[in-house]
Amino acid sequence: MNFPKFLVASVAFYAIVQVLSMLGIFNGYMMIIINKSLIYVILAVSLNLINGITGQFSLGHMGFAAVGAYVSGTITTLFFKLRAPREFSLDALPAELVFFCAIVVGGLVAAFIGVLIGFPSLRLKGDYLAIVTLGFGEIIKSVINGIDYVGGPRGLLGIAPFSNFTVIFIFAFLTIVIIRNVIESSHGRAMLAIRENELAADLAGVDSTRYKVTGFAMGAFFAGIAGGLLAHLIQMAHPTQYGFLASAMVLILVYAGGMGSLTGSIIAAFLLTFLTEALRLGVDWVHEITKLPIGTEWTMVIYALLLILIMLFKPDGLMGMREAKILQLGRKHA
Amino acid sequence: MLTVKNLKVNYGQIEAIKEVSFEVPEGKIVTLIGANGAGKTTTLRAISGLEKASGGTITFKGKDITNQEAHQLVPLGISHVPEGRKIFPTLTVYENLEIAGWTIKDKKIVKQRMEEVFTAFPRIRERISQLGGTLSGGEQQMLAVGRAMVTGGEILLLDEPSMGLAPVLVDEIFERIVALNKMGRTILLVEQNAAEALEIADFAYVLEVGYTKYSGPAKVMKADPRVREAYLGV
Repeated sequence: MNFPKFLVASVAFYAIVQVLSMLGIFNGYMMIIINKSLIYVILAVSLNLINGITGQFSLGHMGFAAVGAYVSGTITTLFFKLRAPREFSLDALPAELVFFCAIVVGGLVAAFIGVLIGFPSLRLKGDYLAIVTLGFGEIIKSVINGIDYVGGPRGLLGIAPFSNFTVIFIFAFLTIVIIRNVIESSHGRAMLAIRENELAADLAGVDSTRYKVTGFAMGAFFAGIAGGLLAHLIQMAHPTQYGFLASAMVLILVYAGGMGSLTGSIIAAFLLTFLTEALRLGVDWVHEITKLPIGTEWTMVIYALLLILIMLFKPDGLMGMREAKILQLGRKHA
Repeated sequence: MLTVKNLKVNYGQIEAIKEVSFEVPEGKIVTLIGANGAGKTTTLRAISGLEKASGGTITFKGKDITNQEAHQLVPLGISHVPEGRKIFPTLTVYENLEIAGWTIKDKKIVKQRMEEVFTAFPRIRERISQLGGTLSGGEQQMLAVGRAMVTGGEILLLDEPSMGLAPVLVDEIFERIVALNKMGRTILLVEQNAAEALEIADFAYVLEVGYTKYSGPAKVMKADPRVREAYLGV
């Protein structure tokens, strides 16, 4: 990737959003949408590493996000009983530090669970992973429901709002850079080879099981990070947020953006997050003006319709397998 | 160089290979011929570790390699060109070859072997920046063989290299196989096109429903009335 250019573009994006927010042009509502978009960027890009780059099929990405959310939430809220981030000052640092460590630990635990369920299921070829991850997503929900310490079905409440735009932005930026570099490395080549043809990859000397598990665990790690950030953004974690439908949403982002294209995942994360909000406002507006009996339930109908249109006219997703120039692989002779 | 002794492979309850034995001497071309379902492909898959043997032994350069994982056998010098080419369709020709040299630490060797591929198949050099999936059938077969050359096997296991190719291209591929053999590579060739295979091979083994039925020098086998009747259609 062209790192300097990507850095400049990212910093520019950050600065513009910050300035608009300080000027009051972007209100709190707008900032929440942007923050959510960035969290979806992390989720979509990391799922793309598993589904788009390594060619496996995971249906339980939000299960790993749940692990990250609950682990980090437990650390900050139940262990350290952090209530609110203070204004930035030196003595406020420890609270922020605990938060930061909690997020990373959440990611690591998610990655560990990724290895645990990935190793047996990824040794098999075919769709076993899809079934196992689908089950995992539901199991993790039930497990959380059953642990009273973290609130069970009531959810884990009172999580302090440590996730602000800056923090989420930094994590999203790092996620993209790290995953992009992994793809570019020789390990990434091995993952691509597995996607293209597992048998041929084996015959080229690639230990396909090892690389499938590596890619899977790495994806789970970043999903855990995203879950932790989300919990500290909306100040709660609830088992119902992490079910199959939520995982399917992330899957939609990856497919709508283009399998194997990080650029596509990033665009789709922003586009579809904003679209959901715009549709809600739009439907309300139409209702106001025309007095037709349509309510917010119509947003999902239109949303689904738009997805069908994308798949109809762009069957490989918005970007296909292409990348924006600044994120492109150093493809020799490509 | 490669010795297969009393090899047995089962697919679940079905015995695909009951008892296959043969030997591939260094520097020679050995061919396994036989009808569909005789067990030719399964034999190759068992040698390169894609299939587990339920009995018998496979020895390569004096070392027992029975039931090792495919990716562990590659660095030892076994290159398998699977049936149906199995190239990487959305990677470029260059990347296809690059990944083939994945286990080789010294990238200079990879470059050097790529040059060898380009010498053997000039057509591949012309297509270097094209995506693998956009090549014609014959070019894909060349790329598949080229990949095995980069991987650098001392022995090449070729599974049906003539499958689905126009007759002109079949001749070309067989010429290349002979050329590769002259460059010092040992070749184990599995073919349905028995006539062509016997033409270029030193030794031949005829497989029938999981057994090695006949064997001998290719010239002798070609003249053998039993082989002629069953496999050459004469």
